[in-house]
Amino acid sequence: MNREEHDQLILHTALTAGRIMLENGSEIERVEDTMIRIAKNAGVEGSQVFVTITGILMALNGELGAQIEPIKKRIFDLEKVSVVNDLSRQFAVKKISLQQFANRLDHLDSETKYFPFWLQLFAAALVSGPLEVVFRHNLPDFWITCVIGMLGWWVYYVLNKFIQIRFLSEFAASATIGILALVGVHYGLGNSVDDIIIGGVMPLVPGVPLTNSVRDVLAGNLVSGPARGIEALVSAAAIGFGIAMVLQFL
Amino acid sequence: MTITEFLIESIGTYTATVAFGILVNIPRKALNTGGLIGLLGYLIYRFTVLGGGGYVVGNLLGAMAIGVASLQFARMKRMPMILFNIPALVPLVPGGQAYQMIKNFALGQNTVAFTYLIQVIMIAGSIAFGFLLSELVNRVQQRFWQQRR
Repeated sequence: MNREEHDQLILHTALTAGRIMLENGSEIERVEDTMIRIAKNAGVEGSQVFVTITGILMALNGELGAQIEPIKKRIFDLEKVSVVNDLSRQFAVKKISLQQFANRLDHLDSETKYFPFWLQLFAAALVSGPLEVVFRHNLPDFWITCVIGMLGWWVYYVLNKFIQIRFLSEFAASATIGILALVGVHYGLGNSVDDIIIGGVMPLVPGVPLTNSVRDVLAGNLVSGPARGIEALVSAAAIGFGIAMVLQFL
Repeated sequence: MTITEFLIESIGTYTATVAFGILVNIPRKALNTGGLIGLLGYLIYRFTVLGGGGYVVGNLLGAMAIGVASLQFARMKRMPMILFNIPALVPLVPGGQAYQMIKNFALGQNTVAFTYLIQVIMIAGSIAFGFLLSELVNRVQQRFWQQRR
């Protein structure tokens, strides 16, 4: 492999690693760090990266020009962030070669190792119910909150598959939760609409953008941090509108 | 707070944190640790509030504990830090206040709604500041380690 091909492989590997991490919810500083590390471990010192939330730019100190990788989607799959991190560590201690690293990354996109759907539903129930008890100390409404939180997550998940606009799915899910809470209390299955809704929307909380936004701003990424803050804010607003719409009928 | 209430709250927080970890697809190895860190952050918040420290200081200390603990476990387990602090943050989210704000805005009671809005902003700000302080602790620790080598 001549020099140029080697550089091209380094760029490809680093850019793919960066793209996968950003798409699945990593913070900017980690992406920059990982990409520079990959170049360094492959034998190139002084590479330059420019990472924002919608695209990555990387240049090596060689004949090759800088290359761009756009980030088109954003989902929450922290498992993949962790896998890329592991691969980068293995590459650093020379357990895998650069070519193997690149191949593994190319395959990583297609192999999704999500938890099974029933377990996600169960988890949504276990976020809703316990947090309702923790926040509101309302034990009798535990079961109905579990069920409603689970149904809300089901609506969110199914809509996300078909329309792929997260804010709309969040809006529809929270409206569903509101309606179900009203109906549940009306038929005597629960005592407090407020408590059921508070617990039920907890699985929809935009935890990843919230945390990353704070971390990005603190690390000095003044473009990506606020952008993620907007993402979290729009999610929160979508959930709020869904609830507010239902509460008009109180 | 009685012992029963304390146990129920602790178990609830741990369960909810682990379950939220499943929803954002955290690696199986990290789930338990994330739950424990979430519990730690929440208990610090809860006891600060019970001891009369107010919810702003409580959230600040809770978030700070989460930040510091996540980095320790991230170093120990060689995993990214966000795997631990994203689920751990969920019990501190001001869900109740945010809901009351939305409800009062929807019902046209703007004065009450603004009170809750200010609470939500204060809590969000104190959590962010808690993270900042935890970063400070982490940087100091890093510097200390580098000097010892």
